Amino acid sequence: MTVLAVRDLVAGYEPGLPIVRGASLAVAAGEILVLLGPNGAGKSTLAKAVAGLVRVESGSVTLRGASLLDVPAHARIRRGLAFVPQTENVFAGLTVAENLAIAAAVLPRAERAARVAATEALFPDLAEARRLAAGRLSGGQRQMLAIARALVAQPAVLALDEPSAGLSPKLVGVVMAKLRDIRDSGVAVLLVEQNARAALSVADRAAILVEGRVAHEGAGAALLDDPQVAALYLGGRRAA
Amino acid sequence: MMGQILVDGVTSGAMIGLGAIGLTLTYGLLRFANFAHGEFVTWGAYLALVVAGAFGGAAPIDPLTFGWPLLAALAAGMALTAGLALGLDAVLFRRLRRHGNAIVLVIASFGASLALRSALEFAFGPEPYYYSHDIAMTLRLAPGMRATADQLVVLGVALALMAAMHILMTRTPLGRAMRAVSENPDLARLAGIDTSRVLRATWLIGGALAAAAGVFLGVTVQLRPSMGFELLLPLFAAAILGGIGSVPGAMVGGLVIGIAESAAVPLAGAQYRAAVAFVVMLVMLLVRPRGLFGGRA
Repeated sequence: MTVLAVRDLVAGYEPGLPIVRGASLAVAAGEILVLLGPNGAGKSTLAKAVAGLVRVESGSVTLRGASLLDVPAHARIRRGLAFVPQTENVFAGLTVAENLAIAAAVLPRAERAARVAATEALFPDLAEARRLAAGRLSGGQRQMLAIARALVAQPAVLALDEPSAGLSPKLVGVVMAKLRDIRDSGVAVLLVEQNARAALSVADRAAILVEGRVAHEGAGAALLDDPQVAALYLGGRRAA
Repeated sequence: MMGQILVDGVTSGAMIGLGAIGLTLTYGLLRFANFAHGEFVTWGAYLALVVAGAFGGAAPIDPLTFGWPLLAALAAGMALTAGLALGLDAVLFRRLRRHGNAIVLVIASFGASLALRSALEFAFGPEPYYYSHDIAMTLRLAPGMRATADQLVVLGVALALMAAMHILMTRTPLGRAMRAVSENPDLARLAGIDTSRVLRATWLIGGALAAAAGVFLGVTVQLRPSMGFELLLPLFAAAILGGIGSVPGAMVGGLVIGIAESAAVPLAGAQYRAAVAFVVMLVMLLVRPRGLFGGRA
């Protein structure tokens, strides 16, 4: 069942200068859709437009069939959409516990403590560091905190912008494994990535964005087997 | 002498710290230096004067020079000035923020400062006012340390307000949201924080605390239309010293500036008192622009 649907989206930072030019994609519950593409293709802009951080000129973004375009960015988490930006994705001056408490504030008061505890159970390293300022965490721990923060409110859709950026290959593997767990719990995952090899290892489907439009879409393995696609967009060789 | 410097400095520093909290919060959230903040100090003091006057003459609470009407007026002055700050944002700053240019906001705050000060001068004239004409007798606290009962009450209430602010910022959802918005507004929105609501709360809190500083200044010194404007430099110095955006920094910065100013009088002469805040601010900007508590410079 499609949870997040993007149709003919035109979006950008300046009026009349769209970066995303008519992109369409859909993500189902319990599915990881990886969005790949060359630098400047508009991947991050698309994710930010879905999150409400970038102005949308036309097209639609729906979550469970309801339009998100009139929903302010701060209210989208309550509708079930969580977004993890690529950089500055935790509140560095706040403790780990405070980061999670902020995320839990969108929930009914009676549910907050239980949800934070459940999230900490998924990320044991964070539970041990709960009194530490997020700015003192390692890169991998920060990324985990960013994902945990997004998950506290139990979103239907988790969108992530390059969660592997700046991480060692080992940590990238840990992050991807965590995304697989999240997918298996029924969450729809939209994963924007430059690291095609890592992303396709967890992808159910993948789409390649070129000049603001989805140029290719299909199962991750099918894209890998397409020599033209691999040559043009995945670094010139099979990414698996 | 050192003991007396400490008493005077801490009393004055607590008032500076209260005023600086609003300034540093506004700067932290909106990224602009609000030069109209000093006028919130003045307006708070004068609004309390009007409210206290409306209660009529009431006997002072011994050994203070003022009675319960001023305590009620303090609360009213804080509430009214909070409304003034929110109103100024609604009619001026919020509109200008849409252009996203900090320098326009700074210049607008200069203009607002001038307009607010002129309005008070028009209404009350340039002469000083007092909450009470009773003479405040000093109490001996320790050898070489004297303070009036008014000073002690002002210090106590100011420190209580600072403690309340610290609890608000560290223990409540609103405080956490204010710190989050100050650090990263976009991420705060993604986390579900209504940044407009947080901004409104910031103006209300900043205005109320500035008003409290104004009333305390009026109790311990006097009321003049330029009192807030003249306090602006120590307020900025305290905010920068503590680290822009940091509430504990503003409190500590205020106390340091207050003690430094107080120490300057016997050591260098009263004429250099005002220069101390400037020197401290300058040194801090050169040596550690992020301030003691590591906020943005």
